[in-house]
Amino acid sequence: MNSIKIESQEDTPKIVFDPENNIFEISGRSLPEDASLFYEPIIEWLKEYAENPNENTDLHIKMNYFNTASSKLLLDILMIMEDMVEAGNNCIIKWFYDEDDEDMEEAGEEYSELIDVPFELVTY
Amino acid sequence: MNEIFHDYVFDFYRKMKINQINLIYEGEVTHQITKAFTALTEENMAKDAEPNALQMKVFHIIVESLQNISKHAQNLKGVKDDLKGIGTFLVAKSLTDYFIIAGNIVHSDDLGIMKDLLQKINKLDKKGLKLLHKEQMKQGKISERGGAGLGLIDIARKSGNPLSYEFKQIGDDAYFFILTTQITRTKNK
Repeated sequence: MNSIKIESQEDTPKIVFDPENNIFEISGRSLPEDASLFYEPIIEWLKEYAENPNENTDLHIKMNYFNTASSKLLLDILMIMEDMVEAGNNCIIKWFYDEDDEDMEEAGEEYSELIDVPFELVTY
Repeated sequence: MNEIFHDYVFDFYRKMKINQINLIYEGEVTHQITKAFTALTEENMAKDAEPNALQMKVFHIIVESLQNISKHAQNLKGVKDDLKGIGTFLVAKSLTDYFIIAGNIVHSDDLGIMKDLLQKINKLDKKGLKLLHKEQMKQGKISERGGAGLGLIDIARKSGNPLSYEFKQIGDDAYFFILTTQITRTKNK
């Protein structure tokens, strides 16, 4: 399966979904003009990957900002991870946040309450 | 005579200073405008050495307020459809608070839903807002307008103050909706 590599822009995050090297990362800031347009291909890719995933999938999320439209699409991504876990795959979500950023810490906690996937909050 | 413009500009300048307005805009809120205003405000806050947490809150509320205008602002009925996304936007700063003010036209059909949501939000405490946010995250879908239905809830959560708003009638079936979000500066000092 091909990998996805998107460099970060001032309004969109860096995305690396690379099964061959087993790297899955979303990082940076997300406030695209059209959040669905940006995230739709990533969600489609992940759905296809979920059918035949690696033995372990660790998704690293290291955001410093996302708007509400992005927050909803991020949940859609995490829900695909939940489907993978339900299907018996090993997945972990690592949520990185700046130790001074209480809002980002809280956002991580809230995602962990919304989905049933092993979830780690990690400060940086 | 052009003096009418000079008087206007001078009057405008004085009112901006008296009301401590840092930024004012009236027109179409494009994505370029959103990016420019957030970058400008970020720069100014960094210069003022505002705490990071406050900077992120102000940044977030500016983004959501501007995206509310670009996604939801209507025009007067009968006016061409391509004039949507127009609004008025202000950032003011006092010694104690930041104020983010957004104004745009809404149709009277939407008035009931908006008032209900705003009243509901203002009745909730921190915990209640968290629950409402969670419900909307679970049940909401990205709408045709590209929003997640989370903007106002999130603005209220991040600001920590009640939303102040007003609907001023400007036609038979249209209102000018004004939303002021207050973010307290002094808490972190």
